[in-house]
Amino acid sequence: MTQPAGALGLAGEVRAGSRTARSVVEGCLSAIDAREQELHAFNVVLAEEALARADALDRLVAEGVDPGPLAGMPVALKDNLCTRGIATTCSSKMLQGWRPPYDATVVTRLAAAGAIAIGKTNLDEFAMGSSTENSAFGPTCNPRDPSRVPGGSSGGSAAAVGAGFALLGVGSDTGGSIRQPAALCGVVGAKPTYGAVSRYGLVAFASSLDQIGPLALNVADAAALLEVMGGHDPMDSTSLDRPSPRLSEQLEDGVQGLRVGVVKEFVELEGLAADVAGRVTAAAAALDKAGATVDQVSVPATVHGLSAYYLIAPAECSSNLARYDGVRYGYRHAGSRDITEMYGRTRANGFGPEVKRRIMLGTYALSAGYYDAYYGQAQRVRTLIVRDFEAAYERFDVLLGPTTPTVAFPLGAKTHDPLAMYLSDVYTIPSNLAGHPAVSVPFGTGQDDLPVGVQVLAPALGEPVMFRAAAVLEASL
Amino acid sequence: MTTGEGRTTDWETVIGLEVHCELKTATKLFCGCRNQFGDEPNTNVCPVCLGLPGSLPVVNAQAVELAIRVGLALRCDVRPSIFHRKNYFYPDMPKDYQVSQYDEPINVDGWLDLPNGTRIGIERAHMEEDTGKSTHVGGTGRIADATHSLVDYNRAGVPLVEIVSRPDLRSAEDAKAYVSELRAILVAIGASDGRMEEGSLRVDANVSLRPRGTEEYGTRCEIKNLNSLRSVARAIDYEVARQAAERHAGSRIVQETRHWNEGEGRTSSLRSKEEAYDYRYFPEPDLVPLAPSDAWVAAVRQTLPVLPAERRASLGATVGAEPASEMVVTAVDRGVDRLVLDAVGAGADGRIALNRAVNDLPADAFIELDTFVALVGLEAGGGLTPTQSKRVLEVAVARNGGDPAAIAAELGLEAMGDDMVAAALDELIAAHPEDFADYVSGNDKVAGKFVGLVMKSTGGKANGRVVTQLLRDRRAAGQGQGQDQALSP
Amino acid sequence: MTERLTRTDVAHVARLARLDLTEEEIGTFTGQLAAVLDHAADVAALDTAGVSPTSHALALSNVLRADVPRPSLDRHEVLAMAPEAEDGRFRVPRILGQAP
Ligand SMILES: [Mg+2]
Ligand SMILES: [Zn+2]
Repeated sequence: MTQPAGALGLAGEVRAGSRTARSVVEGCLSAIDAREQELHAFNVVLAEEALARADALDRLVAEGVDPGPLAGMPVALKDNLCTRGIATTCSSKMLQGWRPPYDATVVTRLAAAGAIAIGKTNLDEFAMGSSTENSAFGPTCNPRDPSRVPGGSSGGSAAAVGAGFALLGVGSDTGGSIRQPAALCGVVGAKPTYGAVSRYGLVAFASSLDQIGPLALNVADAAALLEVMGGHDPMDSTSLDRPSPRLSEQLEDGVQGLRVGVVKEFVELEGLAADVAGRVTAAAAALDKAGATVDQVSVPATVHGLSAYYLIAPAECSSNLARYDGVRYGYRHAGSRDITEMYGRTRANGFGPEVKRRIMLGTYALSAGYYDAYYGQAQRVRTLIVRDFEAAYERFDVLLGPTTPTVAFPLGAKTHDPLAMYLSDVYTIPSNLAGHPAVSVPFGTGQDDLPVGVQVLAPALGEPVMFRAAAVLEASL
Repeated sequence: MTTGEGRTTDWETVIGLEVHCELKTATKLFCGCRNQFGDEPNTNVCPVCLGLPGSLPVVNAQAVELAIRVGLALRCDVRPSIFHRKNYFYPDMPKDYQVSQYDEPINVDGWLDLPNGTRIGIERAHMEEDTGKSTHVGGTGRIADATHSLVDYNRAGVPLVEIVSRPDLRSAEDAKAYVSELRAILVAIGASDGRMEEGSLRVDANVSLRPRGTEEYGTRCEIKNLNSLRSVARAIDYEVARQAAERHAGSRIVQETRHWNEGEGRTSSLRSKEEAYDYRYFPEPDLVPLAPSDAWVAAVRQTLPVLPAERRASLGATVGAEPASEMVVTAVDRGVDRLVLDAVGAGADGRIALNRAVNDLPADAFIELDTFVALVGLEAGGGLTPTQSKRVLEVAVARNGGDPAAIAAELGLEAMGDDMVAAALDELIAAHPEDFADYVSGNDKVAGKFVGLVMKSTGGKANGRVVTQLLRDRRAAGQGQGQDQALSP
Repeated sequence: MTERLTRTDVAHVARLARLDLTEEEIGTFTGQLAAVLDHAADVAALDTAGVSPTSHALALSNVLRADVPRPSLDRHEVLAMAPEAEDGRFRVPRILGQAP
């Protein structure tokens, strides 16, 4: 079922010595040469480093050494993943030029599996946004229609994979930041179970929600990439103490007898565009045809997900981003008379508007007198969402819904209306709040021939069944 | 500031202490950097304790174990706990939040008995991370007039237990005794090296006054930066006097944090006025709950040593001294109580053993029990004067042992026979007739002069107790038979 | 549920967050934060009596590491990141008050 264009097939050829890693990297670099100016997927392209690494891998293969399952595969790393000695900016002026003295765990694991970092990709500043327009270095454009957003915040990685700049992409998903851009760019994107992939070296946005996950051209590649990145890491206290799930083995097991619930609250939401709704219906039909039992299911508390999220995530972000104060690294506003002035000016100038907005919102939600009404209440709502999902999973193996309410929207369409922008994540947020896995699979096109993604949700550690359903959807097209 | 006695006695002092204890671990609380005082600045730092983007904390098991030891030693309940973030901006704090336990601390509700028997409640003893250290440059080197500051993060992330007492202390003396007792416990259980001068124990004091006889607490001030037993007492005395003076002058006490300046001997308010602190505590999402199993807590309890209070009680009972007496307290503090107890068990005189062990055994010196028992025996039997005994002990320690009798003989040390002492005394009485008459007429102070003169003329070989007894005999004789004098022993 | 957010509230929050916002930003944020909080009113109004908060989707506890030293960073590398360093330490402008 692996497509020839996919990473797994190419990696197989590299491992077998029938194709060089250099040629794969050169292929990506020429795609970058052709369209990167137009799309701006990257903050930095690591062309020379990638070629040198490809040559080293090719030598290994020549010596009979297997470089690993992702041998020679160029991977686009979201620029909020720490890379030793390579600028890691989070697309913020605050970290411009900062070179981490360490690698994120996933970066180490990717290298150990033979993957090649081809660049650091653009994102909404500190991963806060749904369009990659909140980057201090300018927006990324959608490869399917450069007048439109690629989604966000992992818009750079999604665009890079969609444009063929890389075979694989790594993103982070706090409220939909992998799945939403994957849907808008027409690629596969998954958020794993919370704790399945180490967060060590991922610059934190909202720690209790952040997860690193794969972006790829097809389901099998996404599963393989997740297998490589996952598994216990002693450097992350919230890392699950279990091996990475074996996904590839079960990928072709089909959905015969699988119980699929279409989330009622998702499809009934006002604001779901008709073209997207139509694709969800088609996806349900495809699963049904493949032998699954499809029914509708209510997960009532999910309607409060967006509100709860926009209290919890900003609250955690207000604390996580306190450290950007101009003392130890990154940007400092020069010429302050005292430290209070230095803090205030550094942070006012170093952060962009969306980051400041969320820091303000989160600081308010945690402040004396409001904690219980806002943050505390949002955490209780989170409990309700978990309970409602649990109830749903008593009757269903996976849930189905849209990934986003609409196809990719034009650049600038929502930049002046934060609330409208926030609504882009209405379908993805509940999985983050519950800590559950979810995957967005490209499922045809909607308005203006733009890609539509449908989302398969699963209970905690339900990645194997989730990817099986995703593979069936992909194959049904 | 001075205050008349009449002013402070109208008030009762109420003190609660917060003691920050650096735990004696090999590494920091959340990372593998060394927990080591005095290293070159910023050499024990890593992505985690520098708060670099992307880094994450992982709790040090030994820090938890030591925190449990502290809790058990202070008779606390050891509970499941969670870490919170305490958010505030300060340059010595790498993440601009401190990871600390807030409303679910690991240890709650214990107590500690002062040597004088007063029981002080312990509200909680929770875990948290230490901050880095700022040095203020320019001006007089103090924060107020510095031009800039320099920050070293070696200490950032060192594990702390913050021990919060209930407001049960009533005087600076009590507070000092509390810190001293707490320190002894923390050292005894291996949680702390006890080095206050290195900041291993740091004390904040909450001080308030209330009219004597009332129950309601007055407005309190928190005094920071008390880094020695002496400054604990001085700062509290100062603060009590300041608050009493304010209240007599009719002013209200403002609840505030005050900084103790050891050099100036005063507390001052240094918080910038506009600054509103709102710590915005919330559960630390990068850590999971801590729930020490019953088995773990029981295992830790098994390894707890006998605590100082119990050691003082048994030493006091054995040698016939008050457990709170200075000698007993010092013996336990110095860790020589075991030696004394064993010596008494082997038949030695308790008082003499205690005296020699506390006053004459150098810190960390080792002496065989047999040698010590023999030495105490010689002194008790009158074979060595106390002065000689100290000398023999010194040599025995320097030589790592030896038979005290042989050492005494080698040094030409043995107590003079009573007859020879009497002869020397009589000679001196004859030479100082007026002094002796003074003594006979009841001036006991002169006795000391005669003892000193005898010691001098005999080169220290006379036993002081023998001289005193002989003097009493001579006085009785001088006053005529049958006249009974009530002399102090 | 709570009274509407004012400019004064927003200015106070900006001070807490150490953001020197312009008057214009304070105005913009006052409106935008109020809109988000209005949207959150449904959450604030929910009856959650007896529901305990979930701060974590994980059911983990007691994740601990052994007390074994690991290499620290090289000081040159550490101080090279600093906007300003002096004498082996991070240099900062004058500090106005003691730590709380
Ligand atoms: Mg504290
Ligand atoms: Zn460290």
